[in-house]
Amino acid sequence: MKRRTLLASAAAAALIAGKVSAQDKVKVGFVLVGPKNDGGWSQHHYESAVKMKEHFGDAVELVVQESVPEGADAERVLTQMALAGTDLIFTTSFGYMDATANVAAKFPKVKFEHATGYKTAANMGNYSARFYEGRAVMGHIAGKMTKSNKIGYIASFPIPEVIRGINSTYIHAKKANPDVTISVVWLFTWFDPAKEADATQALIDQGVDVILAHTDSTAPLAKMKEHGGVYGFGQAADMAEYAPEPRISSIIDEWAPYYISQVQSVMDGTWEAKATWDGIAEGMVGIGEFSDVIPEDVRAEAEALKQSIIDKSYHPFTGPLNKQDGSPWLAEGEVADDGALAGLDFYVEGVTGDIPN
Amino acid sequence: MNPELLLSALMVASTPILLAAIGELVVEKAGVLNLGVEGMMIVGAICGFAVAVETQNPYLGFLGGAAGAAALSMIFAFLTQVLLSNQVATGLALTLFGLGFSALIGQSYSGQKPPATHDLWIPLLRDIPFLGPVLFRHDLMVYVSLALVALVWAVLTRTRIGLVLRAVGENHDAAHALGYKVVRIRIAAIAFGGACAGLGGAYLSLVRVPQWTEGMTAGAGWIALAIVVFASWRPWRVLLGAYLFGGITVLQLNLQAAGASIPVEYLSMSPYLITILVLVIMSADRTRAAMNAPASLGRPFHAAA
Repeated sequence: MKRRTLLASAAAAALIAGKVSAQDKVKVGFVLVGPKNDGGWSQHHYESAVKMKEHFGDAVELVVQESVPEGADAERVLTQMALAGTDLIFTTSFGYMDATANVAAKFPKVKFEHATGYKTAANMGNYSARFYEGRAVMGHIAGKMTKSNKIGYIASFPIPEVIRGINSTYIHAKKANPDVTISVVWLFTWFDPAKEADATQALIDQGVDVILAHTDSTAPLAKMKEHGGVYGFGQAADMAEYAPEPRISSIIDEWAPYYISQVQSVMDGTWEAKATWDGIAEGMVGIGEFSDVIPEDVRAEAEALKQSIIDKSYHPFTGPLNKQDGSPWLAEGEVADDGALAGLDFYVEGVTGDIPN
Repeated sequence: MNPELLLSALMVASTPILLAAIGELVVEKAGVLNLGVEGMMIVGAICGFAVAVETQNPYLGFLGGAAGAAALSMIFAFLTQVLLSNQVATGLALTLFGLGFSALIGQSYSGQKPPATHDLWIPLLRDIPFLGPVLFRHDLMVYVSLALVALVWAVLTRTRIGLVLRAVGENHDAAHALGYKVVRIRIAAIAFGGACAGLGGAYLSLVRVPQWTEGMTAGAGWIALAIVVFASWRPWRVLLGAYLFGGITVLQLNLQAAGASIPVEYLSMSPYLITILVLVIMSADRTRAAMNAPASLGRPFHAAA
């Protein structure tokens, strides 16, 4: 055999071998909005992805791209991933929604899953967790724990997801403590530790003594710890390193079971684009341990509230509830439907301030 | 809203960008454009944090942050001053490298708590009504940053060293013809800029947040760079710019927290808008502002050329 043919056939053999093993493996991509060790949102997606990889072992090839800005950059990253032969791509921030939809339209054979959005396509599903159920429990604790009757909420972007959290927190804080008021600070970023710390300081300076954060880093808890006498909650991750105080409980995102089931369905060929929205009962939202700082009876109440949400005897958005302007939203005993919640763009009565556009 | 708390928070929020900006001002005055401020800041943040945690001494931490970032800036100095690489590209690369490098050495430090940097105990002054809480109840670094501004101003305008530095920045060929060591002076300026950026970064991770998180500078270095330009390379205007930016950032957060009835959109863009506006108006005389930019800024120098 001539040397050239030998080389060519060797190369061809390697190519075929590569093709076969690539087909055996399912290549799963993850796009994260922050660093994979931000201590919160992105870290939890990453850890869940790693758990999924451990579950499948060599059957799955994991590709992770961290700190991808929302917008045009996301589209570039997604296109690259799709071109690199990724089978299933999870985009884990609300702001990736349009980029995901655009790239999904260009690559009909690649499957996409977008977190916390509302768009679907033939090859694009979305998934989110009912964080507002967790917020209800945190809101109850916040209402009971505040001494100044002022609770604060560090908000990222004015999207339904965040607005649901603010409303749910306020409704249940108010039920626990009729005198409570809530101050909302909008940061227009998911991840900027310095800004998150400054916002925490600003809220404390205004007399707020319980703060919930809907941003991704642990900076608010670090600032509360430095200040002392202020309580907060873990967000997305347990943030147990700040327990027993200032972190007195937490909302934990449990993505791993979902990731495992979706990757499994791709392997089985049964994957289809759908919208998933699971809560505490399904195990997608976890409630972190109540710290001993919370009085015994409040812990019991919070636990009971959590149980009533799990057994579906109670829905956090149950009437009577008015909109911020006083107009009626839900009548006595009426429960908000998922459609209304998915597009929620107003505060409930009692929350002050305007939602930015 | 309590103006005492507000003004006091303003000084803390402004210190990191002030430190980084005053360092970059010296670098640019020497005719070097270092766009790696963000990278140097974040390396300063993790080096400072690591040293402070290991030694349990925040002041050693600040020194460590300054040293770490200065060491990083020496890579830039070597590439641009000795190997004559493009300053813009090298500076951008320095930022990317700094972000990645800090993430690497910071692996084991996330979730840890740094030792507290206590406020200085300044007797008598701290008890003055209003001025006491606003001005005299801060940690050492706030005063160091102010002293640095004064020092940089004094050295640049009142001393021979300052004159030589400016000469190098304005016309490096002339300075070289007069026998000044252009490259050596520039390397010294770059090291100073690196150390200042490192102090700013360490202030973020040790005081302002206080914790280590990957990518925690989140663009502060770019703000510092912008402030140097908008301040038309004048030290006191850098102070004004940094305090305006930091001040309005804190003010808008406080206004939101207090439930002011100003639309949030305007509040959150106000720091950028007002800082730029004020500094642009101050440098409205275009010919003078243009003259203030160091004439050799960003141009490579080689003695043989």
